[in-house]
Amino acid sequence: MSRLNLNYRSNIDSNARVNWGRYLIIVATAGFAMVAFAQLLNSYQIFKIGFANFRPLLFAFVLWGLAFGYAQVLIRGEAGKRLLFILPAIMYTVACVIFPTLFGLYIAFSDWNLSAFEEHHFNGFDNIRFLLKDVYFWNSLGNMVWYVLAVFVQYVIAFGLAMLLNAEIRARKFFRVAFLMPFMMSPVAVSWMVGKSLMEYRYGPLATIARFIGWETPAFFATPWVARFSIMGMDAWVSIPFIMILLLAGLQAVPKETLEAAKVDGASTFQAFRKIIFPLMLPVSVTAVTLRIIGELKLADIVITMTAGGPGGATDTVSSFIYREYRDRSNVGYATMIAEVYLILVIILVSLMLVGANRILQKYGDTT
Amino acid sequence: MATQPDITRFRITGRQALTIQTVNTSRSPTSHNMLRAQRTASHFLIYTVLLFWTVVSLFPIFWTITTSFKNPVDVLQGRVVPWLQFEPSWRGWRTLGLSPDTILATSTVRIEFLTRFSGSVIATFGASLLAVTIGSLAAYGLSRFRYKFGRIRNKDISFFFLSQTILPPVVLALPYLVLYKHLALLDTHIGLILVYTLTVLPLVIWIMRNQFDSIPSDLEEAAQVDGCSSWMAFIRIMLPISLPGIAAAFILSAVICWNEYFFAALLTSTYSKTLPVMLASQTSSQSINWWTMAALATAAIAPLTLVGIFLENFIVKGLTAGAVK
Repeated sequence: MSRLNLNYRSNIDSNARVNWGRYLIIVATAGFAMVAFAQLLNSYQIFKIGFANFRPLLFAFVLWGLAFGYAQVLIRGEAGKRLLFILPAIMYTVACVIFPTLFGLYIAFSDWNLSAFEEHHFNGFDNIRFLLKDVYFWNSLGNMVWYVLAVFVQYVIAFGLAMLLNAEIRARKFFRVAFLMPFMMSPVAVSWMVGKSLMEYRYGPLATIARFIGWETPAFFATPWVARFSIMGMDAWVSIPFIMILLLAGLQAVPKETLEAAKVDGASTFQAFRKIIFPLMLPVSVTAVTLRIIGELKLADIVITMTAGGPGGATDTVSSFIYREYRDRSNVGYATMIAEVYLILVIILVSLMLVGANRILQKYGDTT
Repeated sequence: MATQPDITRFRITGRQALTIQTVNTSRSPTSHNMLRAQRTASHFLIYTVLLFWTVVSLFPIFWTITTSFKNPVDVLQGRVVPWLQFEPSWRGWRTLGLSPDTILATSTVRIEFLTRFSGSVIATFGASLLAVTIGSLAAYGLSRFRYKFGRIRNKDISFFFLSQTILPPVVLALPYLVLYKHLALLDTHIGLILVYTLTVLPLVIWIMRNQFDSIPSDLEEAAQVDGCSSWMAFIRIMLPISLPGIAAAFILSAVICWNEYFFAALLTSTYSKTLPVMLASQTSSQSINWWTMAALATAAIAPLTLVGIFLENFIVKGLTAGAVK
C-alpha cells in the first residue's frame, strides 16, 4: 500500500521535474538567443548596448551549457546523469572545433585582410581560382609528399632500434630513457640545438665532421635537397622515439615461446624476423605509421623557425606556407582558404590510408 | 558502421599470435666454440649500435647544456668536453641574469625570461588539467554506458573525438585569430589554455578510455547496488584506481603543451608569450649569441629532460595505450 503511494508521488514528482527541465531548456535557449541578437545589433551599430566585445556571447553559451546539462538530469534522471559524463567534452569540441572550422569557411570565401582598412567582402571563388594558380602552394604540397615518405625511413630505423632494445641486453632502462629523450624536446629548441648550432657552418660539430669526411662546404641549408634532408633529419630525430616506443611495446607482446619454437626448428634470425616477427608486428606498425603520417602532415614548427620555407621554397610545408601568408601579408581570407582545402585533402588521404590499412590487415589475417 | 575505419582495431589478437608458420630447415652442426664466438660478435655489434644511437640521442642535449657554460673562445675553437677542454663559466647564464653573481641583482632579461617561463607553466598546467578533467569524464562515459542519439552510438562518438587528431592546427589558427580578436582573448592565458586543451583532448580520451576499459566494472556495480549514483561510484571508486592512467595522460599532455609553438606564435604577443616563442624570436635575430641561446634552450628543455628521466614509465604507458593489447 505504502509502496503504491510512493510510486504515485514519485510519478507526480517526475512529471513536474520533466516539465521543469523542459522549461529550463526553453528559457536558457531564449536567453542565449536574446544575447546573440543584442550582440548582433551592437556589432552592426544599430542599437548600441555598450558591449566592448563578443565575450557576453561566450558567457551566455557557458550558461546555456550548464542549464542544458541540468535540464537533462531533470528530464531523464539517471540517464541524464550519465549523459553529463560526455556532455562537457562534446560541447567543448563543438564550440572549439566545429564552430571555428565552419566560421573558417566564411572567412575563406572573403578577401579578409587584417592589415587593410576597408571592410572584408564576400569574393566568391576568387580565392580558389587564385589557389589553383599559386605555384607556392603546389610546391609546398609537393614537399609534403617527400616529408610523408620520410616517415617510412623513420619507421625502418625505429624498428631496428626497437629490436635492439628488445634483445637480451644490460642497462635496457638506461638505453630506453636515452632513446626517448629527443621526443621530449620542443621542435623550436631542436631547431636551435641541432639546426643552428650543431649544423652551424663554421664551428658546428656536425659541420666539422662533414669537413672531415670530405664535404668541403658543409652548408646544411643552402641547396634545396640538402636543406630538405636536414629538415627531415631534425624531424626524424624528434619522431623516431615515438615509433620506437610503440614498436617496442609490440615486440614485448610477441610470445617468447613462438620464437623459441622457431629457433628449435632451425629458423635463422632473418627467417624468424620475416616470417614471425614482422607479420606479428604488422598491426602495431600500421598504427604507428598512420599516427606518424598524421603528425607529419602538421609539420610546421621546425620549418618556420629554421628555414622559413627556404631555399626557394624547397623545405616549405603547407602549414609553414600558410603561416607566412598570414605573417607577411595578413591575408587571412586566402590563407584560410588554403587551410580548408588542405583539410579536405588530409581527410581524403587519411581515410584512404585507414581503408588501405584495414585491407592490409585483413589480407594478412586471411593468409595465416 | 562496420566499414568505418577505426584505429582501435589494429591489435595483435590471440588467434594471430597462435597461428604462426614455423620454418623448418635442418640445423648445420656447429661447434660449441663457434657458437660462443658468434654470440660475442653479435653482442659487440648490438652494443656498438646502441651506444652509437645513445650518442645521436643525447649529444645535442649535452652540447646545448655545455655550450651554455662556454666562453666565446671555447665556442670558436669547437671545444666539447667540460673541464678537460674548457673551463666552465657562467657567461651565458649571466646574460640571462641567472648566474650566481647576478641572481640577486635586478635584471630585465631575467624578468622577461621568468614571465615567459611562468606563461608556459600556466598554459601547460591549465590545459592539461582541463583536458584530463573533461577527457576522463567523457572516456568513462564511453567506457561504461551506452549512449544512443538517433543512429549515433558510442562508437560514433568515440570516432568523433578521436578524428579531431587529424585536424591540422593551421585550419583552426586563423579562425581563432579572428574570433579571439572579437572575444578579447588574444594574448591571454585563458585563450591559450582553451586552444591547448583542444589539441590534447583526443589523446586524453584515447588513453583514459583504454585505462577504464582495463578495469572490471564489478566494483562500481557493487557500489551502485549499495545505492551509489554513477557519479559517486566514479569519484569514490574509479578515480583512485585509474590514477596511473590519469598521470600518464596528464604528463603526456603537459609535454605536448610545453613544446607547442604554432598557436602560441599566432595568438600571443606580449603578455602571455610562452618560452618556445621567446626562443624562436631570439634565434631569428641576426647576431646569434651562442652562449645566451644555449642557456635559454637549456632552460626550455630542462623541465622536460627531468620529466623524461624520472617519469619515463608514464610517458611510455601513455604513448602505448591501446596500441598493443
